[in-house]
Amino acid sequence: MKRRDFIHQTSAASALIGLGGFGLSSFSSATKKITILHTNDVHSHIDPFGPEDGRNPNQGGVARRASLIESIRAENPNTLLMDAGDIFQGTPYFNYYGGELEFKLMSMLKYDVATIGNHDFDNGIDGLYAQLPHAKFDFVSSNYDFSNTIMDSHVKPYRIIEKDGIKVGVFGLGIELYGLVDENMYKETKYLDPIETTQEMTRILKQQEHCDLVICLSHLGYKYSRLPEKISDLSLAEKTKDIDLIIGGHTHTFLKKPTIIKNAEGKNTLVNQVGCYGINLGKIDFYFDANKNKSAEGTSIIV
Amino acid sequence: MNYRPLFFVLFILAFSACKTKNHLHKIEGKQINVSDSIAADQRIEAFIKPYRERVEKDLDSVLAYSVATLSKSDGEYNTAIGNMMADAVYEEVNPVFQKRTGKSIDFVLLNHGGIRAIISKGEITTRTAFEVMPFENSIFVAELKGDQIKELIDYLVIEKRAHPISQLKIVLNADGSLKETSSKEKPLNYTKSYFVATNDYLLSGGDRMNFFKVNDSVYDLNYKVRNVLLDYFKKTDTLRPRIDDRFIKIK
Repeated sequence: MKRRDFIHQTSAASALIGLGGFGLSSFSSATKKITILHTNDVHSHIDPFGPEDGRNPNQGGVARRASLIESIRAENPNTLLMDAGDIFQGTPYFNYYGGELEFKLMSMLKYDVATIGNHDFDNGIDGLYAQLPHAKFDFVSSNYDFSNTIMDSHVKPYRIIEKDGIKVGVFGLGIELYGLVDENMYKETKYLDPIETTQEMTRILKQQEHCDLVICLSHLGYKYSRLPEKISDLSLAEKTKDIDLIIGGHTHTFLKKPTIIKNAEGKNTLVNQVGCYGINLGKIDFYFDANKNKSAEGTSIIV
Repeated sequence: MNYRPLFFVLFILAFSACKTKNHLHKIEGKQINVSDSIAADQRIEAFIKPYRERVEKDLDSVLAYSVATLSKSDGEYNTAIGNMMADAVYEEVNPVFQKRTGKSIDFVLLNHGGIRAIISKGEITTRTAFEVMPFENSIFVAELKGDQIKELIDYLVIEKRAHPISQLKIVLNADGSLKETSSKEKPLNYTKSYFVATNDYLLSGGDRMNFFKVNDSVYDLNYKVRNVLLDYFKKTDTLRPRIDDRFIKIK
């Protein structure tokens, strides 16, 4: 029997027993694994870069990403797929179809949730709204107040997804639009303070809803060396608590590996971003142990 | 598979009444490169195909004709392709600016590096505009004070690079020093403000054009550089831009 089969079957067995808890201390059998896959700033890059491309030859492509995601899901059905915004703008596909194809393909790839980037307003808030029927996934944004816009009620502040008995809370943060996007485009979208919003979101998701995992889909940008006071994923991670993972975007930052940041409570928060244009897929595996004896131990992070 | 019943027994034996909390004990993070070693999903590929074909067909639609191959490396202080781009910005954007503000663009300054491809002799298509300007940069008009205009001229004199300009003239002496400048036939006056059309990249200090960073007022024309080119190509039947005397050094 292969090891993978062993884990599959035992976790199925534990599900059968019914979450009551059991005292098996020496078995890894009660381990649950949640895989988070993520992209950001794909910018309408549907086709791969050609072999002649000066920067990214033969990289990316939605059809390849689909195969990759499919193989990861086959290995672990408890997989969630997310995007951190700037889905739109960057190839003629956007100029011709206004984002329809991007949303349709993300739906076919079974994205679960996405947040909104500044370029997603490039055809105006009406242009974004017009493409929503093509998106069979949810948008989360907790610091854009859309109540005076056409997007009202079409974007949730957060979403809770349960996989294999693990509650995953996902909320979204967008970048300040003033000065970045033409006001005629975002209209009466109100930008709320990301830190205050995060405190509210983590209170709901952690204290109230008891989520096992809290993920922030952020389009704030990784960091701003020249503007240290400008809010970024790294400063957000430092100044808040109860976030396990920040999936970032906006700055098109290619990281060799996820960054580990000590949060306001001195606990570890992971910040990741995978560059842009669908060149990379981020993959973060969270392993949960239902074993009570181990719960006093910390979390090991392998990046 | 032989072990299976045994594990079931073990699990049942191990069952206890205590409440279990999910404890996060390990996180593993990595990124996977989406390279050509991954096979394309054929269902996705088939779905994209008709969209791609329509885009390709439209990108290949002919808008104009170029009598020569135009490259940004042909020319020392000004190039035919750069002159065409800067002139196109002036021609297409100034009427929009006038209509909105009642003011006129004095001159245009773009960046040499912003010309991303050559224009080949023959048919000019929509694709040509996407190749020359693949980025989403758009045109802004900044009101620059006299001292900033002086900085701008000093920059161009020191750079000695064919940054595309329109409605601006710069003449250098044989030793490379500045001889004279003018905009729309009038010598530049460093006590006056000028409306300079440029792109958002330069406006935010790109190519160290720091004189754009501080300005009294900036007008967002909401007009992409690529769209300027497309509109210009649609209007122009035959493109015959030339290297001229807008930025020269006297021999």
